[in-house]
Amino acid sequence: MSEQTVVRQVVVGMRQGLHARPADMLAREARKWQSRIELVAGSQRADGKSILEVLTLAAEAGTHVSIEATGPDADEAIDAIGGLFERNFDED
Amino acid sequence: MKFSDFVAVDAIRSSVKARTKEGVIREMATALVEAGKIPAGDMESIVKAIMKREDLGSTGIGRGVAVPHTKHPSVSRLVGTVAVSREGIDFESLDGEPVQLFFLLVSPPDRPGDHLRALENISRQLRDDSFCATLKQAHAAADIQHLLEEADSHGLVS
Repeated sequence: MSEQTVVRQVVVGMRQGLHARPADMLAREARKWQSRIELVAGSQRADGKSILEVLTLAAEAGTHVSIEATGPDADEAIDAIGGLFERNFDED
Repeated sequence: MKFSDFVAVDAIRSSVKARTKEGVIREMATALVEAGKIPAGDMESIVKAIMKREDLGSTGIGRGVAVPHTKHPSVSRLVGTVAVSREGIDFESLDGEPVQLFFLLVSPPDRPGDHLRALENISRQLRDDSFCATLKQAHAAADIQHLLEEADSHGLVS
C-alpha cells in the first residue's frame, strides 16, 4: 500500500470565500476517502475532514490553497476535492 | 476578529425557551432587536432569510454548535449573538447531534470577509473542548460574556 502524497494548487473562486456551506461540502467529500486530506493556505494548515478546521482558514475569494492528500486513494481524493474548487462548490 | 467585535452583549441568552430550529432563531433575532442591533421592522425578513439559508444545508457544524446566519441590508456592520439551550435542539446537524450552543450572525451584503473572519474565530475557539463545554454549561448571560472575553484575551485569535 503506497503512502504517496499528492498536492494540487487551487484558488478560492467563490465571491463569499470558503464559508460554511462549501466548508461542509469539502469536509463531506474528504471523509469519503481513506487518505489524509490537508488544506494549506498561507501559514495555516487544516484537516480537510473537519468543517471546524476548514473554517479556521478563513479563505477569502482569490486565496491560493494547496490540497495535500496522503494515502492509498490520494489521486482520486485530490481529483474529487480539486473538482469542488473548479466548479466553485456549485455557487456564484 | 474577536468575539467582542461582533457579539452584542445585551443580546446573549443563557437559557433559550425555544424547542425548534425556527424558534431559537426567532428568539435570538428578538434578542438582537431588544438590544437595538437590528430594526424591529426587519426582524421577520431576517428570520426568513436565515431559515432559507438553513434550507440549503444545516449550519449545525458539529460538537453541539450551530452558526445560523444571513446577509441582510438592514445592518451596516456584522452583528451577532450567542445563545445556549439547556436541553439541546434538533438542528439537523451534520453529525446528527442536538445543538446546545448557537452563534447567530447577520452581516451586511458587501462584507463577506468579515463574515468569514467571524466564522474563523468561532471555529478556532470551539476546537478547545473545555471552552465549548464551559459555554454550554454557563448559567447566566454574564458568564457567557466573561468566557468570550477570556477567549478574546487568551485565545489563539489572529
